[in-house]
Amino acid sequence: MDKATRGILLDPLHEQNPITLQVLGICSALAVTTKLETAFVMSAALTFVLVCSNTTISLLRNKIPGSIRIITQLAIIASLVIVADQVLKAFLFDTSKALSVFVGLIITNCIVMGRAEAFAMANPPMASALDGFANSMGYSVVLIYVALFRELLGSGKVLGSPVFASVSDGGWYVPNGLMVLSPGAFFLIGLLIWVQRSMTPTLQEAD
Amino acid sequence: MDFSNKYVLGFALLLCVVCSALVSSTAVALKERQDANKELDQRRQVIRVAGLAQAGDALPKETVDTLFESIQGRVIDRETGDYIDVPVASVDPIKESKDAEMSAKTPSEFKAAQVSRLSNRLQVFEVKTPGKECLVLPIHGKGLWSTMYGYLAVKNDLSEVVGITFYAHGETPGLGGEIDNPSWKAQFPGKSVFGADGVGLGVVKASAPRDKDYEVDGLSGATITTKGVDATIKLWLGPAGYGPYLEQFKTQG
Repeated sequence: MDKATRGILLDPLHEQNPITLQVLGICSALAVTTKLETAFVMSAALTFVLVCSNTTISLLRNKIPGSIRIITQLAIIASLVIVADQVLKAFLFDTSKALSVFVGLIITNCIVMGRAEAFAMANPPMASALDGFANSMGYSVVLIYVALFRELLGSGKVLGSPVFASVSDGGWYVPNGLMVLSPGAFFLIGLLIWVQRSMTPTLQEAD
Repeated sequence: MDFSNKYVLGFALLLCVVCSALVSSTAVALKERQDANKELDQRRQVIRVAGLAQAGDALPKETVDTLFESIQGRVIDRETGDYIDVPVASVDPIKESKDAEMSAKTPSEFKAAQVSRLSNRLQVFEVKTPGKECLVLPIHGKGLWSTMYGYLAVKNDLSEVVGITFYAHGETPGLGGEIDNPSWKAQFPGKSVFGADGVGLGVVKASAPRDKDYEVDGLSGATITTKGVDATIKLWLGPAGYGPYLEQFKTQG
């Protein structure tokens, strides 16, 4: 594929990662990553919303009056989030209870509005769809990394199945309470940011 | 690009119509499934609060249906405590509390729970499983941000609490939301319910003096939610709630 498309698809995974570089969408990264399962579902919900909203807004980009631009984007994003929430409540009820308000909060997730404004309003639908997909992949990668360690170190399980037998089940592993709380997620994201910028010095901001 | 005012208004209107159509058709199409999920979830809550299953158990639909064979849902008259002979699924106390003819105003001494009206018909679940007999009572009351809906389970002789759970609420995650924490809920089983002058069961601030037999520790940083739980318990166990029914049940056995 051509260089531009490759850029759109691969940048958000590392060079322009929404969470670790653009520092967007942090609150859900902390809140829903106590278990790997909820992180997967959240990532899927965000992917659906981001791809559809980017595509829709891009299709309408020449028709949206500038004076009501932001509220139009918000109405489209909010409708998509409500649809995603309703589908979750119908087909994955227990996970939707665990996600509680955070699916609804996708409306406020800066990544969605950010990409709508920064990309979808100025680019054709196909590219916008790809951009939406790539950014949600960048978000998902970070969420899955955080959730994997938080669930493994915080409870000794991965996807609900025990990997380290915890002491309460007669095993050896004392679950790390810090990982279960939000600061644990903060530390993990901080570590990732540090590793990322050490690997790619160009990403470091000038002092 | 310059858009005329007419265009802007027309665009906004069309956008609203399309978005509303999308959202409402999704909601209508999925409603039945969602309601079935909610009912199954509530039944699971009743089973758990009555101690018929452990916290980690999966409880698929078949297990729930089997366990519910020894659970009798009944409808009662709130003021007299008598049974009303209608199917328990046909009664919706929350909805009926909004109808002036099917409900009554909450007495002012119980206004702390901020439940303005009480339905005249209430649902109760009598658990008949041998060795685990108890009564499961639906309760609700206002916390800080939301109305908390839950179940309180008490032994048939009203001597002690079997369990409590809140299946729906919008309290702050990490603070008031800790009413879902199993360790907090675990304080309730074994607490006495009725004292010499009425309802003794309650929730108090950790630092306050309290009667260990009756009272449970509150939640740090969640004063209003905790007070809401306390007020909810006192409302529903009292004479305006399930009190008359509990009296009758105890004497008739």
